[in-house]
Amino acid sequence: MEQFKLFGKKATRYGFAEALVELGEKNPNIVVLGADVTSSVLTSFFKEKFPERFFSIGIAEQNATTIAVGLALSGKIPFFASYSVFSAFRNADQLRISVCYNNANVKIGGGHSGITVGPDGATHQSLEELSLLRTLPNMTLVVPCDYIETKKATLKVAEFFGPAFVRFGRAPVPWFTNEDTPFEIGRAEIFREGKDVALIACGIMVWEALIAAEELWKRKGISAMVINNHTLKPIDVKTIVDAAKTCGAIVTAEEHQVHGGLGGAVAEVLAKNYPVPIEFVGMPDIFGVSGEPEELLVKFGFTWKEIYSSALKAIERRDKKVITNHIYRNVKEIVPISFEIL
Amino acid sequence: MEITFEEKIFENRKRKPDEFSEIARELRRDVIKSLFLAQSGHSGGSLGTADIFAVLFFGGYLRYDPKNPKWEERDRFVLSAGHICPILYSTLARAGFFPVSELATLRKLGSRLQGHPALDTNLPGIETSAGSLGQGVSIAVGMALSDKYLDKNNRRVFVLTGDGELQEGSTWEAAMSAGNFKLDNLCWIVDNNDCQIDGRVRDVMSIYPLDKKFEAFKFEVITIDGHNYQEIMDAFDKFIESHNKGIGKPTVIIAKTIMGYPISFMKDNYEWHGIPPNEEQAIISLRELQ
Repeated sequence: MEQFKLFGKKATRYGFAEALVELGEKNPNIVVLGADVTSSVLTSFFKEKFPERFFSIGIAEQNATTIAVGLALSGKIPFFASYSVFSAFRNADQLRISVCYNNANVKIGGGHSGITVGPDGATHQSLEELSLLRTLPNMTLVVPCDYIETKKATLKVAEFFGPAFVRFGRAPVPWFTNEDTPFEIGRAEIFREGKDVALIACGIMVWEALIAAEELWKRKGISAMVINNHTLKPIDVKTIVDAAKTCGAIVTAEEHQVHGGLGGAVAEVLAKNYPVPIEFVGMPDIFGVSGEPEELLVKFGFTWKEIYSSALKAIERRDKKVITNHIYRNVKEIVPISFEIL
Repeated sequence: MEITFEEKIFENRKRKPDEFSEIARELRRDVIKSLFLAQSGHSGGSLGTADIFAVLFFGGYLRYDPKNPKWEERDRFVLSAGHICPILYSTLARAGFFPVSELATLRKLGSRLQGHPALDTNLPGIETSAGSLGQGVSIAVGMALSDKYLDKNNRRVFVLTGDGELQEGSTWEAAMSAGNFKLDNLCWIVDNNDCQIDGRVRDVMSIYPLDKKFEAFKFEVITIDGHNYQEIMDAFDKFIESHNKGIGKPTVIIAKTIMGYPISFMKDNYEWHGIPPNEEQAIISLRELQ
């Protein structure tokens, strides 16, 4: 696989918004519903271009989600986007019964997701929705790694029939893939080959995993595989199991609670098929606080350094040199990560 | 007791008011039979709305083709109060969507007649799954939006909710949007029997005054006796006229009904919201529905 380089920083919400406009041009059945925050999740781009196919529902996410179902049952392909806290949780029952049980062709955009929404604080930092969405039958769940991949994912979910959720964010984040980077719903991509440990990440943590892999090689001579596992559902069992067989040690990394999201999905796959030590990087079962995205990423441990130290722990466990505790010994209190090992 | 479902199919055509009583009686007999066989399910609302179903489906108001359930010009009927599906199943069977004998499979393993309507069973005539209250109205709003503004066709959407259902906040989100989008192709029927599981709606959490609420949400409000065929017909006629004229307002029909009507021991008794008749009760009910 190519070596990735950083093109710059760009918010993933632009990928979603640009894809919607592109879809709107190609397909007259694409319609978009807004729940007031259209200039935040950038569905405003579509609204300006196709006002006759945009419906403003107001601050009523349950209604917006279910109206989308009515439109889908009339042959349309509705996209409804809001902040993830509102488009995955406020409307959870509607997603379950009306969207997924009906297997309605409704596409949901979850914007302003993760800790990187920043100063708005814990109420708006959606760190739990992947666990909920992952359990809904018929749902396809995609967490793209950067701006370009968000665009690809949004275009792709419009191509198949059935419910889908695409997660994206507000803050500018590393942009490192291009049009030629492979992307297919349901297939995890190996972004870096390796044999000692596999770093399985989604969303903005993919870039951090690539840095961690580079540092592991430079500092320790450890060869780390990096997997961009953008599709949490359906999960790519083969790639994950193969990685476990090759490396024997796994680290998962996601901008989400450590429970129930990507880490949970990977653990389920490996527990069933090929159990190996797994370390989990994510939010340690607590709520966030206000702060700038960069500060919060450091404070709560969403950086390459946590992936790096977790990789060492996973390798140690595999080699049975040390049986370590979970990185967070007390979930209510974040234990500072020791960088002596660096 | 031996239960048989006579394979009688009713046509969907213009009728005089007194012609509906036989149809409604047959629908109610089906409801009793299928609920007795299922030994679980919701008797009260299913019986109480039978007259409305009879007029809507067999009075030439709802446009459908049982031989072509996905007919693209059909009107759509959304049952938001999914728990009263026994009356919907009975109506669809009597309209010829599927064999009447299938009513005997209600709530049984492998049946297309799920405890609450399920789209994934591909039962002909079902427009959406329903069961979590309030969602059907929003779905109906989405359908009406599509018809009026995207496809610009002449189709109509009918949706039926309970009255306790109106305690769900999202129903008022739906009402707000129906008024806001001027959906004159949408007809919302409220089964106003003032009963819910815990008691009288007015005691559990009052939703009244209902007419003024809907007026405030920019609806054309029609209040009727939900057991009077002439009044039900007049209400649907008025809605269709409103749609044809393009009055720019959705219609709500507040149908005052009696839960469990007309069974002597079920009538207006909220305890019959969610239970089926036992054998003795079924026999008495069927005798009363001769």
